[in-house]
Amino acid sequence: MIEFRAVNKTFPDGTRAVENFSAVIPSRTTTVLVGSSGCGKTTLLRMINRMVDPTDGAIEIDGENIADVAAVKLRRSIGYVMQNSGLLPHRKVIDNIATVPLLKGVPKADAHRHALELMETVGLDLSLAQRYPAQLSGGQQQRVGVARGLAVNPNILLMDEPFGAVDPIVRADLQKETLRLQRELDKTVVFVTHDIDEAFLLGDQVIILEKGARIAQQGTPEEILANPASEFVADFIGADRGKRRLTVSSTAQPQGDDVVLIDAGGYAAGVISAPDGKLATGHSSPKSRSISNKTDQAGDA
Amino acid sequence: MNLLFEGFAWIFDPAHHGGDEGIGTRILQHLGITLVVMVIASLIAIPLGYLIGHTGRGRSVVVALSGGVRALPTLGVISLIALSVGIGFTAPVIALVILAIPSILAGAYSGFEAVDRRTIDAARAVGMTEGQIVTRVEVPLGLPLLIGGLRSATLQVIATATLADYVGAGGLGRYIFSGQATNDYPQMLAGSILVIMLALVSEALFSLLQRSLVPAGVVAAEQRQPDGETSGGPTRKSGPRRSLIAGARR
Ligand SMILES: Nc1ncnc2c1ncn2[C@@H]1O[C@H](COP(=O)(O)OP(=O)(O)OP(=O)(O)O)[C@@H](O)[C@H]1O
Ligand SMILES: [Mg+2]
Repeated sequence: MIEFRAVNKTFPDGTRAVENFSAVIPSRTTTVLVGSSGCGKTTLLRMINRMVDPTDGAIEIDGENIADVAAVKLRRSIGYVMQNSGLLPHRKVIDNIATVPLLKGVPKADAHRHALELMETVGLDLSLAQRYPAQLSGGQQQRVGVARGLAVNPNILLMDEPFGAVDPIVRADLQKETLRLQRELDKTVVFVTHDIDEAFLLGDQVIILEKGARIAQQGTPEEILANPASEFVADFIGADRGKRRLTVSSTAQPQGDDVVLIDAGGYAAGVISAPDGKLATGHSSPKSRSISNKTDQAGDA
Repeated sequence: MNLLFEGFAWIFDPAHHGGDEGIGTRILQHLGITLVVMVIASLIAIPLGYLIGHTGRGRSVVVALSGGVRALPTLGVISLIALSVGIGFTAPVIALVILAIPSILAGAYSGFEAVDRRTIDAARAVGMTEGQIVTRVEVPLGLPLLIGGLRSATLQVIATATLADYVGAGGLGRYIFSGQATNDYPQMLAGSILVIMLALVSEALFSLLQRSLVPAGVVAAEQRQPDGETSGGPTRKSGPRRSLIAGARR
């Protein structure tokens, strides 16, 4: 469990990036921090691994104040994945993944064997192990970044817009993989994005932030969608624009059991299964929130 | 052309090859001075440049100082130092070290500065100590520019070491000074040709060094850039390259 207690951050130039932020991030779940550019998401995230120290307030991991833990030691116990992957350009993929284990003195053979396993875990072809980062696609680089984040077998994984720089198709793919990893690995994930669809897709808990990292609303995607706490939230999640209200297309012919849904803008948003022309009700699976209009992503990103 | 031919003829004349006054000895003296100067200058300039590059502090001071030092006439400095330490090896070595430091320093700190800040940030975020960031990230990634700096410094020192014999330190400059004293133009020319050849050999060695020391991943990254500075990219960024003999300041 990660707990922020009345945390403030004012940068030396006077920017108040975080104002009195308090929140609990439960273990073994994914919490997504979402908000528009400059609202303080990255600053919050980097306070968890002491890349930024709070001006005042405290952050605790499992009850221990992280200010009392040596920064290097803390960072080596937490996975960190960032937008540009942050890989070392002069090291091969396999050595990039094994960076921290090698720093910690794990024998090279063991570190490399584990790195190869992680490549499989994140869906990378093992033939890429001997390549350099510049010889990979952006999506592949992100996977290497995730594998590096997992290499120390951390309890906590911090992800800062890890899929911000890849195209929507690769992005959807990586999001799916992230969901799968989450199920398999059971980590405490703190994920930063400015894409509300990504937040709703990945988050068990979503924290919507305003400028200064003030919490606009905190809850499960279902709670937020059903009950936006304010005008700001409603606007941010696109509820007021009716973007999320889908209607059955009256023009497109049903294809077998599938009915085309259109969004408020009149664009096809997806299909829904309707055996015998009837929409089933009440049996939506827990992940049905992912019906939220995925085709928007490119536009929202 | 005739004179040039006489210069080469002077070089190939076996009478000028062996002994204390021979070409072999003079080349060794010249290289000896260059080597000693480069080692001393590197020991001073590389750590200092790395410190500036890593901390980002003191850069403007060093740039200003380097600019001033570059403007010093080396022959004047040699004479001045020789007045206090006397005739011989020491004065030219000190003067040439002063000459070599700015290029090496610039290569060292600009090499660090050229490393993507995000790469360094990522290295720190995964738990590298500051020392590990220097040795495992900044030094390897800054190597191309450092070698570029060493390369131009070596070139300057080889060219300018010709002045060492002005205070009796020997080297290939001897042929130029004694040729001038006796109006022996072929001998003077022979001295110049030999200096030029040393410079060319040094250039060749440095380009080999660059090829073998620049990390493969860095080369891969460079080749990927759309504006592709592919062929030996980093070397082109190295400091001003002076023509050989003109580089010797008098
Ligand atoms: N090192 C710094 N020095 C001064 N101001 C900073 C620093 N880092 C961030 N800030 C400021 O703090 C505020 C929050 O920045 P932060 O990077 O946390 O935003 P963000 O929510 O991650 O934005 P984005 O979505 O664009 O990444 C911004 O106003 C930013 O300019
Ligand atoms: Mg950010």
